[in-house]
Amino acid sequence: MSETVAKIQSIEAEAKVAIDSAATLAELEDARVKHLGRKALLNDILKSIATLPPEEKGPVGKAGNQTRGRLESLLRERQESLETAALTALLEQDRIDVTLPGAPPVAGGSLHPITQTRREIEDVFIGMGYRVAEGPEVERVHYNFDALNHSPNHPAREWTDTFYFSDDVLLRTHTSPVQIRVMEQHPPPVYVIVPGKVYRRDNDATHTPMFHQIEGLAVDEDVTLGDLRGTLLEFARAIFGDEREVRLRPHFFPFTEPSVEIDVSCFKCKGQGYLKDGSRCNLCKGIGWIEILGAGMVDPNVFGYVREAGYDPDKIQGFAFGMGVERIAFLKHGVPDLRLFYENDLRFLGQFGRGVA
Amino acid sequence: MRVPMTWLAEYCDPGMPAEELASRLAMTGTEVERVVRHGALSGDNFVVGKVLTREQHPDADRLSVCSVDVGEDEPVTIVCGAPNVDAGQTVAVARPGAVMPDGTKLKKAKLRGVESNGMILAEDELEIGGDHTGIMQLELDPVLSGRDFTPGTPLEQALTPGEDVLELEITPNRPDCLGVYGVAREVHAITGNELATLATGPAPSGDESFPIEVQNHELCPRFTARIYRGVKVGPSPLWLKQRLSAAGQRPINNVVDITNYLMLLTGQPMHAFDLDKIRGGKLIVRNAAAGEKVTTLDDVERECDEHTVLVCDGEGPSAIAGIMGGAVSEVSLETTNVLLEIATWNGPNIHRTSQKLGLRSEASGRFEKGLSPELQLEVQQIAAGLMTELTGATGVSPTIDVAGEILPATPIELRATRLAGLLGTEIPVARCAEILRRLDFEVAETAGGLSVTPPHYRAADVTREADVIEEIARIEGVDSIPATLPAARSAIGRLSPDQKLKRRIEDMLAANGYSEAITWSFTSEALLAKLSPGGAPVERDLLKIANPLSEDHSVMRPLALPGLLQSAQHNLARGADAVRLFEIGAVYAGSAQEPREHTAVALLLVGPPTAGSWRGESDPGDFYVLKGIVQAVVDYAGAQAGYEPVDAAGHPYLIPGRSARVTAGEAVLGWVGELHPLVAKQFDLPHAVVAELNLQALAAQIPDPVTYEPISTFPPAREDIAVVVDAERPAEEVLTTVRKAGGKLLTAASVFDVYEGEQVAEGSKSLAIRLTYSAPDRTLTDDEVAAARVKITEQLQSIGGALRGQ
Repeated sequence: MSETVAKIQSIEAEAKVAIDSAATLAELEDARVKHLGRKALLNDILKSIATLPPEEKGPVGKAGNQTRGRLESLLRERQESLETAALTALLEQDRIDVTLPGAPPVAGGSLHPITQTRREIEDVFIGMGYRVAEGPEVERVHYNFDALNHSPNHPAREWTDTFYFSDDVLLRTHTSPVQIRVMEQHPPPVYVIVPGKVYRRDNDATHTPMFHQIEGLAVDEDVTLGDLRGTLLEFARAIFGDEREVRLRPHFFPFTEPSVEIDVSCFKCKGQGYLKDGSRCNLCKGIGWIEILGAGMVDPNVFGYVREAGYDPDKIQGFAFGMGVERIAFLKHGVPDLRLFYENDLRFLGQFGRGVA
Repeated sequence: MRVPMTWLAEYCDPGMPAEELASRLAMTGTEVERVVRHGALSGDNFVVGKVLTREQHPDADRLSVCSVDVGEDEPVTIVCGAPNVDAGQTVAVARPGAVMPDGTKLKKAKLRGVESNGMILAEDELEIGGDHTGIMQLELDPVLSGRDFTPGTPLEQALTPGEDVLELEITPNRPDCLGVYGVAREVHAITGNELATLATGPAPSGDESFPIEVQNHELCPRFTARIYRGVKVGPSPLWLKQRLSAAGQRPINNVVDITNYLMLLTGQPMHAFDLDKIRGGKLIVRNAAAGEKVTTLDDVERECDEHTVLVCDGEGPSAIAGIMGGAVSEVSLETTNVLLEIATWNGPNIHRTSQKLGLRSEASGRFEKGLSPELQLEVQQIAAGLMTELTGATGVSPTIDVAGEILPATPIELRATRLAGLLGTEIPVARCAEILRRLDFEVAETAGGLSVTPPHYRAADVTREADVIEEIARIEGVDSIPATLPAARSAIGRLSPDQKLKRRIEDMLAANGYSEAITWSFTSEALLAKLSPGGAPVERDLLKIANPLSEDHSVMRPLALPGLLQSAQHNLARGADAVRLFEIGAVYAGSAQEPREHTAVALLLVGPPTAGSWRGESDPGDFYVLKGIVQAVVDYAGAQAGYEPVDAAGHPYLIPGRSARVTAGEAVLGWVGELHPLVAKQFDLPHAVVAELNLQALAAQIPDPVTYEPISTFPPAREDIAVVVDAERPAEEVLTTVRKAGGKLLTAASVFDVYEGEQVAEGSKSLAIRLTYSAPDRTLTDDEVAAARVKITEQLQSIGGALRGQ
């Protein structure tokens, strides 16, 4: 072995120690400059190969280049390892207090519980093939009473019960006038529900002068009272739970014949009338049933008012129903006082925020 | 309608407890509000007592101190205020601990220094009659003779025991059920139990007559009368008093009590005249003259119109027909001869008159529903029994009957197919016939079903096949009908584009931190005046309610703002530090002749748009925050919003310099702006930003389906310029100029900074604008971009703009 080759080996050994012992990227750079830089001994040797005797040129060149390659590779490895360590140290320094509160997202707004309930009901009926119809709140006596077969002395017509603008113009007392407006515009079959505000001249613990109703109307050649029952059973189960049953009680409404009131089996006591601890159920008052809406088969006289639009009372029939949205929301969410719906207290509205509907 | 169970059972015994009957009635169409217990005087503390001694109270002229035997070892001392109390009487006593009908619990008490161990009861306190003039002497009442009056005997035993009373809600189509007998008929139809007939009285013993003239049979289909002589007016017997009070009516005297009793039994009101006080010896039923005045029994002079029907005698009005009698011919204790009038009146006219006069009575409530014109003849016969029995009178005339044309009920065809088709289930024809017969219908079989004729008292309500089907269904039980679903051919459920837009806007607003409010559709002129800082009323065509509940709710809101401001006030007063609300609802304008309404989207922001945190404060809630929300709403409709100066006079509640009118093309959508500080002060708000858009106008902007535009695959060129313009120059104008000048290659231009200060001349501002250039088919060269910039620079000069640093 030539003296030069031995020197190269000693350079490599010395450089390896320098690289391995470099604790920082700066020290590593020093080691690189010292051992692999242009002014380094190894570089000098490689540059001087041409001056060597011919028999030494080969072994010295090979050893020199191999050593340089190995040192460069070592240097890279060491650099990567030092960089990783430096990053880790930096990240360690950047520790944060993860227990501080997160930055708030956009503050949570919410849909009004009446809107949520209205949509939930709308969606049940849209699923059963109904469209959503709307109509004016300032309505004519013709649509609100006359065409709905209200006798001339029906108490609801009284100025003590209904808000009037004139003898002929009033605030609608129910969403039912839209039945007539829809039938005037569309020949049968008709399947619509009608959500909206309605007004009655009442203001006490259980009545507000403005509230919300949803009306339903299904008219075809062969829609039956049994179909009404089935439809409202589906509705009751969708809103109040799959185990619910409905009960029909005969009643009287001017615009349906026969007329019924619909009760749903109490979802608090499962229709038992009493709770597990044996106490009386306060939701259904121990009856096991809760009244939820009024309904019936559309009175032939009502069709008589829209006969021209294709509603021959001898050929078509159908059912109508109407419910109070507040009542459904009150039953579902246990809201104790109707007025809470209209105070718009953010602490109330916020309870019906994301994920409730 | 109160129906005592014992009275009901006299005509049809339901054979079941009141609670069970209540639910049977409810399931067949008669709603039972509740079952109450009448005769609360039950329990150990109500007993029979015997007054042993009576002495004058030492310190009170009107009080007596009695020693009363109540069945205990020692008599007790009771202080009594009744003038008629005396030793030897058998009386009803409430002992301390007794719960009186009004719910109060009786205690020992000292009355003017003398201890009283209970109370001696008067008729009204016993819930037997209305008499409170003196205590009731049990031994004197003939009905009670033979009862056990040993002191200490519970009153329940000595008197008639308490009973259950049904409180029914009778639907307006069933005036026949406004009488106990009508309810008995229902019980008969439900249970099949025997229905007793109504007892009629003896035939009249004379053939006296009385001249009666009915001028308008349309308003008075039938007027009947009978004459009784030898009437002795006095108190009614105990059973009648008890029955009336159980049914909720105060006993008065036997003649008046008979008329009330018969009304409660049959549903037919009637009126007893003192025959000798009918002036001129005749009765005339006629329309009032407009403005004619009548003094009614309650001593009030009432002014009539020409539709009011009066019952008059030879000298003038005596009663307002069907509503209230007059004082002229009232029955009094001196009355000996009575004319008993039983008539029926045109329902809608009675209703109208009672509305007009603001006068409702038990009678008018029944007449206005329209009573069968057959009923009067029946009830005259029933009345004859009670009049002779209870007043000692003799009927001296047959029924004097003045009637118009009375049409018999016509048969109605019931098709079995129609019944099955309407109900969705079959009921055998034989079963239908059975139900209808129980309901007193005449029934004959036909080829396809039945031919049925309703009884006269149902003839007004049951006129069509559907009505007959309802009768059958309710007795058979509508609840037994099986549940099916409609075939729903061609029914496709979906929301309209407008309805979808509304839902999307609601969701977007909620997701951006706005809570949905629902405020009253009503407002007031006073509240609206608060929206004008100068106090000058806002000139609007307000839609006013003719009969509002209160002044606060007398006007339909022309905008949703006042309700939202009140809600903000409510929330701030309860500690909220920020209020973000929206409401989507109708707003109104116009007149009763031409009312208008449209749906508004209203927004309110008080405080920061987002909650602050430990990382620092949120942005202030200013005009630009809410404009961003408004912009998003308009974007959701697919429209391009424009912003113009607001019409200050039309929106006095806004700060003109910090508000904008929102447009889309030609259409005005609404406005957004900061609330005028003087208005904010009215609602205790530190400040507020508000907006209102017309949802219908917005929905009209929904575009046809979007058509795809190619996306350039070549990288865009971006550069920023700073434009110095007059500080008053709107940014939108600068941008429009830039966009126009930039031509097709300029695909976007937006302001990203605004600077006013030392670096620019006073009265100027610098707008930093980011420009994006691109072409669909090539990468733009520096020359092309430079050329565009030159054009932009030139055009900016036309509005006084210069690139900064040039």
